[in-house]
Amino acid sequence: MEEILAILKELDWSPLYISLKTGVVATIFSFFLGIFAARKVLKAGPKFKAVADGILTLPMVLPPTVAGFFLLLLFSRRRPLGIFLFETFDIKIVQTWTGCIIAATVIAFPLMYRNARAAFEQIDVNLIYAARTLGMSEIQIFWKVAVPSAGPGIMSGTILTFARAMGEYGATSMLAGNIPGKTGTISQRIAMVIQDGNYLTAGVWVVIVMLIAFGIIFLMNLLSGRNMKQVKRW
Amino acid sequence: MAVDIEFQKKLGNFTLNMCLKSESRRIGILGASGCGKSMTLKSIAGIVTPDEGRIMIDGKVVFDSSRKLNLKPQARNVGYLFQNYALFPTMTVKANIAAGLKGTKLQKSRRVEEMVKKFQLEGLGDRLPGDLSGGQQQRVALARIMAYEPDVILLDEPFSALDVFLKDRLQQEMIEILSDYAGTVILVSHSRDEIYRFSDELLIMDAGNAICFGKTREIFADPQWKDAARLTGCKNIAEIRRLGDHMIEVPNWGITLRMTRTVPQDIRYLGVRAHDFVPIWGQEVKNSIPVEVRSVAELQFEKKYFLKGAVEEAEEICWFVQRELWEVLDQKGMPDYLGIPEEKVLLLR
Repeated sequence: MEEILAILKELDWSPLYISLKTGVVATIFSFFLGIFAARKVLKAGPKFKAVADGILTLPMVLPPTVAGFFLLLLFSRRRPLGIFLFETFDIKIVQTWTGCIIAATVIAFPLMYRNARAAFEQIDVNLIYAARTLGMSEIQIFWKVAVPSAGPGIMSGTILTFARAMGEYGATSMLAGNIPGKTGTISQRIAMVIQDGNYLTAGVWVVIVMLIAFGIIFLMNLLSGRNMKQVKRW
Repeated sequence: MAVDIEFQKKLGNFTLNMCLKSESRRIGILGASGCGKSMTLKSIAGIVTPDEGRIMIDGKVVFDSSRKLNLKPQARNVGYLFQNYALFPTMTVKANIAAGLKGTKLQKSRRVEEMVKKFQLEGLGDRLPGDLSGGQQQRVALARIMAYEPDVILLDEPFSALDVFLKDRLQQEMIEILSDYAGTVILVSHSRDEIYRFSDELLIMDAGNAICFGKTREIFADPQWKDAARLTGCKNIAEIRRLGDHMIEVPNWGITLRMTRTVPQDIRYLGVRAHDFVPIWGQEVKNSIPVEVRSVAELQFEKKYFLKGAVEEAEEICWFVQRELWEVLDQKGMPDYLGIPEEKVLLLR
């Protein structure tokens, strides 16, 4: 017990902040991108749908290291896009926190997209028709009718996205690396301390991760519960 | 002209050929399920786009394929009442009513209050649609439509999902609500009772085609077309052979009818409504069929007798007897013949 307290006292808390920040920012990006992509795919014809759906879901099915490999290929400063970003906007992706966010967003995005699409597909299309005949603009319809009606599905997509983004390891370690205080997330810290044989510190981080994950899911369920009165228990 | 519609649209295995011109304020469209009635309303509202044609509402052209004109549903000012009302489940009653309104917050909330009062929704304003009864939901849906003063209101089978008791009450309520609405209302239904009760003019449809159009009462009294007769509830329709200007043979019923009126050349069927037969005991009289009961169904207020036709493959003849006649039948027994009064004979094409 005393050992654990000693570890907690001397613990470098930066992985916690980095993971939380990464999780929150990546979830925000994924939320809007996922909903946007879901809407676009829903509108598209069957052929485009099949192709687009495949591409958008790929990051979830591929091993994260493969996604990391592609991201490195894309953003490396020896590659066109990486050179362009650095020379024009002075933006560095590899080995930076921005890299953390991009990796986490890419990996977690399919969860948001798929949940949002499934939720949109379940909406009673008459609601949309009714909204149109009532004179609501398409943007109003989308945010005031479609998204709230798809609420439960979008909410669970957001929760899963956050969990996945916060725990991202493979792609993050390849694109952003593990720079303590900069890109060192909790997952990477756990892997690192285990390699050092420091199981107790690893255990402390594991407990922290579990508490955060459970706490956030619990909170979101509570919040969404208020908006899900129309969902009946059975 | 209130509505002037003419368009074609390919639908699965048939083509919807719509043609409706009417000045009437209450128009009914009657047809079996899947005949294209709902598609007609959706085309008027702009929810679906016809392949070709022109749609005019209140003198305003909203769709014209030759001019490549196709107004968005938002710009058509049409109220559409869906069968399930399509209330937004996550919005309160007030928010639902306000959904389509334009203007400042104050203007909107005034209008909403006005509607809440008019449609007797006091105290329900902050509830969600899921917590309301079927009747209340219908009032909210109508309030939402009426709030923005549409030029036309389209009712898409609004009562078909309701139980009988509620249906009757809500129909009456709807008629009362719409009574002071000055615009055109089009009701689509497969129920002849609803249509009869509601509409001044009636269009009958079958498999995508308009069969006939006219004053509702006149069409029910004299449907003229076989399918129209069937859809207005005529149970007994039989093929005929015209023997002369005043004589027709009905092979399936094994009788020959003598008519005082002239039978037009193109009449191919005869229809008699199941309530219109007159029971006859004893001697055979002019224009009557011998009775041979095959089966009986007893309902609360009427008995349905199904009689054998003259030939084996003929359809059963239906005779519906109202309660008042039961006592006579109990006393005298089954009649020997059913008379067909000439004025009740429907001559059909």
